[in-house]
Amino acid sequence: MDIRTNPAFIRGMTTSRRDALKLAGMSAAALALAACGVEGKKAEAPKKDAVADFWAGKKQNGTLRFANWPLYIDKEGKEYPSLKMFEQDKGIKVSYTEAIQDNGSWFGKIQPQLAAGTDIGFDLMVMTNGNQLQRAISLGYLAPLDHSKLPNFAANAAEKVKNPAWDPNNTFTIPWTLGVTGIAYNPEFVDEVTSMNDLWNPKYKGKVGMMIDAQEIANFGMFALGIDPEKSKEADWRRAAAKLQEQRDAGLVRKYYENDYIDALVRGDIWITMAWSGDVFQQITEGKNLKFVVPKEGATIWSDNMCIPKTARNPVDALALMDYVYQPKIATMLVEYINYITPVPATKELVLADAAKAEGEDKEFLEQLANSPLIYPSDADLAKMRGYLMLDSKTDQLFESIFQPITQG
Amino acid sequence: MRKRKLADRLLFGYVWLIIAWLFLPIAVMIAFGFNDTQSKSNVSWQGFTFKWWGRLDEYPDLTDAMINSIQLAVICVVITTVLGTLMGLALGRYRFKGQGATNLIMFAAISSPELVMGASLLSLFVSTGVDMGFTTALIAHVLFCLSFVAITVRARVVGLDPSLEEAARDLGASTWTTFWRITFPMILPGVVAGALLAFALSIDDFVITQFTSGAMQTFPLWIWGATRIGVPPQVNILGTLIFAVGVAIAVINSVTARRRT
Amino acid sequence: MKRLTPYLLILPGGLWLAIFLVVPMVFMASVSTQEGNVVDGFTQTFNFANYADTLVLFQTQFLRSVGYGLAGTIIAIALAYPIAYWIAFKGGSRKSTYLLLVLLPFFVSFVLRTVSWKFLLADEGIVLAPLKASGLLPEDFHVLQTSVAVVGGLVYNYLPFMILPIYVALERVDPRSVEAAQDLYATRSAAFRKVVLPLSLPGVFAGVLMTFVPMTADYVNAGILGGPQNTMIGNIIQTKYLVNNDYPSAAALSFTLMAAMLVGIFAYAKALGTENVLEAAAR
Repeated sequence: MDIRTNPAFIRGMTTSRRDALKLAGMSAAALALAACGVEGKKAEAPKKDAVADFWAGKKQNGTLRFANWPLYIDKEGKEYPSLKMFEQDKGIKVSYTEAIQDNGSWFGKIQPQLAAGTDIGFDLMVMTNGNQLQRAISLGYLAPLDHSKLPNFAANAAEKVKNPAWDPNNTFTIPWTLGVTGIAYNPEFVDEVTSMNDLWNPKYKGKVGMMIDAQEIANFGMFALGIDPEKSKEADWRRAAAKLQEQRDAGLVRKYYENDYIDALVRGDIWITMAWSGDVFQQITEGKNLKFVVPKEGATIWSDNMCIPKTARNPVDALALMDYVYQPKIATMLVEYINYITPVPATKELVLADAAKAEGEDKEFLEQLANSPLIYPSDADLAKMRGYLMLDSKTDQLFESIFQPITQG
Repeated sequence: MRKRKLADRLLFGYVWLIIAWLFLPIAVMIAFGFNDTQSKSNVSWQGFTFKWWGRLDEYPDLTDAMINSIQLAVICVVITTVLGTLMGLALGRYRFKGQGATNLIMFAAISSPELVMGASLLSLFVSTGVDMGFTTALIAHVLFCLSFVAITVRARVVGLDPSLEEAARDLGASTWTTFWRITFPMILPGVVAGALLAFALSIDDFVITQFTSGAMQTFPLWIWGATRIGVPPQVNILGTLIFAVGVAIAVINSVTARRRT
Repeated sequence: MKRLTPYLLILPGGLWLAIFLVVPMVFMASVSTQEGNVVDGFTQTFNFANYADTLVLFQTQFLRSVGYGLAGTIIAIALAYPIAYWIAFKGGSRKSTYLLLVLLPFFVSFVLRTVSWKFLLADEGIVLAPLKASGLLPEDFHVLQTSVAVVGGLVYNYLPFMILPIYVALERVDPRSVEAAQDLYATRSAAFRKVVLPLSLPGVFAGVLMTFVPMTADYVNAGILGGPQNTMIGNIIQTKYLVNNDYPSAAALSFTLMAAMLVGIFAYAKALGTENVLEAAAR
């Protein structure tokens, strides 16, 4: 074989003006044809009997297609132990796919199918309580949950996760896992952190990490100013944006990170950063010298939630799994692997019981897990935590236009 | 004479320096496939181990994504090579009305950023209500590889001497025979180069695939998702294996090339 | 039949390009003049203000992207030309091996390679830490999140697309004509200037086309290696499409970007007079 040829020898790649005009003419004609808008689909308010309507005549099919984030379920070799138990107990075979990388691209992918009312290839998915989930709810893309089929959720879920502001009465979602956005830092370079203002400390110039997500940084800007993000108004957003802009202009921010801040922190590119609790916990158990704090002004609590797309083929099977993982022993299997906040408080005792049976490193790890405020936050910490602000389509655009110039200037 | 030798030697050193630069990140990637990491993230060196090689299939989704990537690339190569070769022949051999328009469209395909292509395809698929997945991703891959193959083949065709083919026809060979016996062997290097290029473009594509693959995962997309919690060493090993295939091709090629001269 | 041959050859590929390139563009053009949002839907209002608004809002990123694209392209030419020259004239029987060496890194997934760069260039990483320890670099020196890192990443990722076309052009130069020129002009440099360089220009042109466009529209390098001061227009478009679902603005930005690219490339082709060169070569 001999590559004597040219992979891109642009030759005669020119065109006469007439051809260009012809093409332009064609496009204009087609443009006129395509000049119609994309239908908006505002959902009607859920009717009282929406639940009964949806579930009427639906039955268990024995299969379930579950879309989740990468590395977000317990695993042994090739097996998912919790799903295996589910299959043995309920006779439902789960095909599990790590199909979701981030809420934005995931929603972008499924939105067309949901708008057209066709199957997206999954019966159960996990989405964060941010803009995309709000959109899915307001567009009527999600199935209303039949809570009579969720006894374990009613019995075992923490009060904190029931009836969240963004989904009253858990009409469409129940949590898979929760997490906190707080501050992580490297004590080698940074004095003890207690306050949001430490992210504005000029000592750490160029060594501060912030997140690129508009809602994440907006919340931090508001906490720093003592504003409750869940109750904030446009004037508050503008003040928060000015505060964040100040931080950027002073050259403090090394980068607005997506999900790669943890590597930067471990490698020493940054010393202090906004961070998700589970990421930091995993690094600490590995022996990294890092600390995670919930600043005195507050921190953001978020949840990744299970929900059923309206077009699901096996919604009854999906509902069965949603309830199944709220059994304490199953929730324990999950938390021991995922290391984020579990919505089932009863797992703490079970993790300690597992620790008592374990040896060496495993024992140490499980004890750390059960006693970690990153997995089982204290009531004092929980009281300081706030969720994301709820935005409708109009305010959403305004909100983005205020905060995006900071992260993408 | 001595001066020339020195200049050549400097240039030779420079070439290897650049090649080393190109390979540096690859070396890091290979090394971290042997990292004895204890957790789900793989960013700091914790000792040497072979254990991940025996646990390659631990992530069924990753394996599926890899298979999807390879299937996509192979089918894309087959389609683009056939269509692109035909286009290259037409453009290099004939002069016809509409050539300018064809060139313009090919030119647009090469010079429109991937991002723009992906976004516009997404708008099309959304508006027509097509289910997105393997097929839509394949359409997109063929779209952005096709022009490269066509241009590569055309460059080869233009440099050909038509007298051989004329001679074959004068001797009574049919068009079909002439093509397979004379034309095709002559343009083969161009076709192979185009196919290789298409394969390389397709297997590593991230941007367009992100827009058009629906819920289907490919290898690059899976890695992108995994960065949220940490890229497992298995990914590095798969990367190493793909790379090894490339090295094997290079070595075989080098040996046969030397035998030819 | 004979007159139809080229059309039959062009048809399958040409149709593919026309359907999947031109038609989606038309849809996107339509979207770019609409107003609305995902929840309430979009309506076609021929709102051409989208173009003006987005251009004003993101002119910095536009200019920065073009700047990075230009810088990356120029550096790529400087790096690629000597390599292509050496492989073409001194490679001997190993030519294709060297070319494969240049292409090999591209068998490895782009995301993985960029993650590796992040590791290599870390502030306390294997490259910078020793230099800082020996006092050659100040303690707060960093490469990541600077323009240097972004442009470096762009050059790294698109270098082969510059090397190959230049190599092909040089490979067509008959070494005997170079020797003859050397006898004529007596110095190597003059021979190079008068014979080799002009003959290789079409290759450089093709290389520029293959690197400048993708570099300018790239968002992955700026996303991974850049910082707050390095956002490129691609990052904006991607965010608007996939995160904000603000399709009209995203489509308008995409179109502006594409138009700018096309105008630039045609102007460039005219200025270089490559048209004539290429036309002549094509006959």
